[in-house]
Parts: sequence; structure tokens; C-alpha cells
Amino acid sequence: MIRYLGKRILFMIISLFLIITVTFFLMHSIPGGPFTSEKNVPDEIKKSLEAYYGIDKPIGEQYVDYLKRVITWDLGPSFSEKSSTVNDVINRGFPVSAHLGLQAIAIAITGGITLGVIAALRHNKWQDYSAMVIAVLGLSVPSFILAAFYQYFFAIKWGLFPIAKWETFEHTVLPSFALSALPMAFIARLTRSNMIEVLAQDYIKTAKAKGLNTIVITVKHAVRNALLPVITYLGPLTAGILTGTFVIERIFGVPGLGREFVLSITNRDYTVIMGTTVFYSIILIVMVLLVDIAYTIVDPRIKLSDAGKE
Amino acid sequence: MQNNIQLTKELFEPISVDLRQAEEIKRPSLSFWADAWRRLKMNKVAMASLIFIIVLLLCAIFIPILSSNDYFTTDLAGKNKKPSAEHWFGTDDLGRDMFVRVWYGARISLEVGIAAAIVDLIIGIIWGGIAGFYGGKVDEVMMRIADILFAVPYLLVVILLMVVMPPGVGTIIIALTITGWIGMARIVRGQILQLKSQEFVLAARSLGADSKRLIFKHLIPNTLGPIIVTLSLTIPSAIFAESFLSFIGLGVAAPIASWGTMSNEGLPAMKYYPWRLMFPAIFISITMLAFNLLGDGIRDAVDPRLRK
Repeated sequence: MIRYLGKRILFMIISLFLIITVTFFLMHSIPGGPFTSEKNVPDEIKKSLEAYYGIDKPIGEQYVDYLKRVITWDLGPSFSEKSSTVNDVINRGFPVSAHLGLQAIAIAITGGITLGVIAALRHNKWQDYSAMVIAVLGLSVPSFILAAFYQYFFAIKWGLFPIAKWETFEHTVLPSFALSALPMAFIARLTRSNMIEVLAQDYIKTAKAKGLNTIVITVKHAVRNALLPVITYLGPLTAGILTGTFVIERIFGVPGLGREFVLSITNRDYTVIMGTTVFYSIILIVMVLLVDIAYTIVDPRIKLSDAGKE
Repeated sequence: MQNNIQLTKELFEPISVDLRQAEEIKRPSLSFWADAWRRLKMNKVAMASLIFIIVLLLCAIFIPILSSNDYFTTDLAGKNKKPSAEHWFGTDDLGRDMFVRVWYGARISLEVGIAAAIVDLIIGIIWGGIAGFYGGKVDEVMMRIADILFAVPYLLVVILLMVVMPPGVGTIIIALTITGWIGMARIVRGQILQLKSQEFVLAARSLGADSKRLIFKHLIPNTLGPIIVTLSLTIPSAIFAESFLSFIGLGVAAPIASWGTMSNEGLPAMKYYPWRLMFPAIFISITMLAFNLLGDGIRDAVDPRLRK
């Protein structure tokens, strides 16, 4: 276990290093520096600006500098917003995104598991079919379309919720639901197929034969085992929620990190793009590792080792 | 225990054993693919999706050629027009005909989806096939490389590449496949690891088949089931990624528009000119739905456990 973990963490570090390196060199392969867009800047000012930001040095030296700064968690200045650094952008945007994301994850997990369990218990009946129709729609309709749809009906037509901005709890409802649709559909499908498999097992028959009622069988025996594989989905779930925030925050005008990221892409604000990519990568890679560890704790049958891998 | 029935010899008679009957095949003999196709045909939802996709493909090819409108001519006097006999889906903010633009968008989405899936397939089969077949050190090194790449967040890499490379369909396909092949490679490798210790491989090997022949003639054809299932689900995810990229402004360059770009342009005008968002949105959703349902159908059809 410890050997395996050590190996995993080593790979994690290699992956991160790779991401930082690739990001750095990709950003520097673009013709023109961050100050080429400014018109009529005298050469001396441009020179001193470049010297100030350290981009007049040879690329190798800049790369080493960048690595050093990333390790000390200093992601550099933002080129389009002169007054703030990338760290400021992340500190400002991430709490909002995390709030939105956690709310969406909560909706996705509760909604998805409920749909999946109902579908499995009523396998091949109308409840099953309608739950799976909802799930396949959730997988097929891109979140930006769903978001626009919500805005059109719930905000413009019926005026139930505010259309955009991020102030009160009411403002968080539509974005959270729009963001949770895809992972909810995924969890529902996963839960359903696991539940169906578990319900066909002998120990469920035993429980029935003992005379336990359906609720006890479902909750205590079936759901518990059916949910195990759902835990493995938590890693990709975080990834989905993170990338989902790029469009959802843009549509609903939520001042989160996802919107900042998309804005930095539009403005070609390279340090922000780099910094945010590195930040997101760390979150995702660490999440996947944590999920793997959590999985072994929850399910003692699974051993994290190289021997059991094949 | 008491038994009132008298068992006499007359009660028993030998059944004539007909050996030919034992050999008789009750069901028509079907190859794996014939059976999969038969089961897919019984699945009405999957067949409807397949027909929809074929119609969509044909329309995407022919409507832009046959239509009297084109996708780039602007008409500022006739901008934001409602759907009418002249412009079936209305016009956009530059007066361009939405109907033709939607079908051009279909071309791009399908092109990206299918091309990305095929590139994933080729790289995945070669990489996974070699790793699984040779095993040992080769497998170790190849799969570690895949693991490291797999840990790199997919959409972030795609976004990064799109920022750096010139916009266009080719760029999107490259960006989507650069880490997209790993899933396929893993599946192929897993299947080949299972298959390669089976007797038919030993038989082929003892008949003198070389590695290339073993991989491509014996092992890969036996893994086609999971490969096709993965392929059928790669297409919608590539279409989805393309529309996502276009939506955040990293898609194809104007005047060409994909469904994602059109949704992006239609969004601010949603309140007053809803058709500008509605048509591309409906098309993405239904296309994704059809591909997902067809993929589910194929998965069920090639799963031997579900055979009836």
C-alpha cells in the first residue's frame, strides 16, 4: 500500500511537472509578447516593462524562474489587469466557484443516486424508463444549452429566479442546477446498473428469505454495495464540475474562477491562463488520488497494490 | 417410507438414441456480428437513432450544396429576421441564413466527431495492442506514459492547445486526440492481456504466425466489441467538446460556424430573437442524444450476457 502510494505520488509529481513545462513552453511559442498589443509604446518603456516582468531573459532562465515561483506558489502578475496578480485572481474567483461547485455536487449526488435507485427497484417499469430518459437527456444536452433554457423559462418567462449575477441564495439556484445536470445523469446510470447487479446477488435473496422488509434490504444491503463504484466517479465528477463552471459562470455572470479563466483566454492573458491551468491541474490530480485512497478505505476487498492490478 | 406404486419392468422402455439429433443446431448459426446486428435491429430506439444519424449526414452533405442561400453572405437590411418561407430558420445578426448555417455547423460537428474518433481508434489500437501483446517492460513503460498523460486534465490541455494553435477544424481534431486516445489504448490492452493466454493464440503461434499477424489477425478482431462500444461513445464526446470549445470562443474561425459558435452568438439575443439560439441548440442536443442512444444500443447488442 505504502509503496503503491509512493509510486502514485511520484507519477502525480511527474504529471504536474509535465503540465507546468508544457504550459510554459506553449505560452512562449506564441509570436509576440504580452505587450505587443499596446499601441504606441515607446521602445524604452517596453524594454523596462519587459525587464520588470523578467521576460527579457533567455527562455531557459525564465523557465527555471517560473518553476521556482510555482513551487513557492507565486504565479506572477496578470498582464491584462495590471493591478492584480494571478494569485489575486485565484483567491478572488475560487471561493465563488467552489461554492457553486459544491452545491452542484450535492445536487448531482443526491439526485443521481435517488434516480438510479428508483430505476433499479422498478427495473423495466415506467419509473425505470422515465429515470433513464432524464439521465440520457442530461448526458446529451450540453450544459450551456440547459443553462440558457433555464434562464429563458425560469427567469425571463416565469420570473421565479434572478436571471444572472451572484448575490443571494436565489441567485445560486439556477447555476447550480444547470451545472449538476451532466454528473447527475452519469451517477444515475452508474447507480442503476450497479443496483441491478447487486439486487440479483444471493445475499439479497438470503435477506429476503429471512423476512427483512424491502426498505431494510434496499438501504442496508443493496444501496451500500451499489454505491461503491460511484465513489470512483468522484474524481471525474470534480473535473466535470470544474470545466462546467467555465460556461455556466459565463452565462450566469458568476464572478468565479471559471469565468476569469475564459476571460483570460479571450484576452490572451498568458500568465493567468498558465496559473489557472496549473491550479486546476493540481486540484484534479490530487482529487483523483484522494478518491483512489477513499475507495480502498470504503471497500476493504480492494487492495491498492501492483500485484492486484492485472 | 412406504411406496404403493409397483415398479415393474414393463413401465420402462429404452428411448432410441439418435446421435444426429444431439448434433442438431436448434437456432440458425450466426456469427458474432450477425447476432449483434440482429439484436441491434430489434432495438427500436437504437435503430431510430441510426436512421437519424444517416439522414443528418446526408443533409449535412447535400443541403449546403443544393440550397439557394449560402452561409457567409451578409444582408444587414434583413438581419434578425424571424423564420419564414425564404429563411426557414430565420437570419442572424448579420442577416446570414440560419438554415444553411445550421447545416454547415452539422458538417463541422460530424467531421470533428468522426475524425477524432478514428484517430483515437488508430493510435489506441496500436499503442494498446503493442503494450498488451508484448507485456513486461514494454507494457510497463508504455502504460506509465499513458498514465502520466491520463492524469493531465483533458479539457485543460485541449484549451491550452487551442489558445496556441491557429483556429480551425484540424486544430480541434489534433487537440481532442492528443490525450483522447488513452481510453481506447487502455481498453485494447486489457482485452489483449486477457486473450493472449488463450489456446487459439497458442495454436496460431505454433503454426508459425508472427507477432504482427497474431496482433492484427487474431487478437484485435476479438476485441472489436469493446472497441466499437468505446468508439460509438467517443463520437458524441468529441462533438460535445467541439461545441464546448466553440462556445467559449476557441472554435472554428468566422465566417464558418459550428453549432457551438452559433449558440454562443445566439445567447445574448435569446430574449428577443430566441430562434438564433434555439435551432443550433436543438440540433446539438438531438444529435448528441442520437449518438448516445445508438452507443447504448451497440453496447447492449455486443454484450453476450444480454443475449436472448
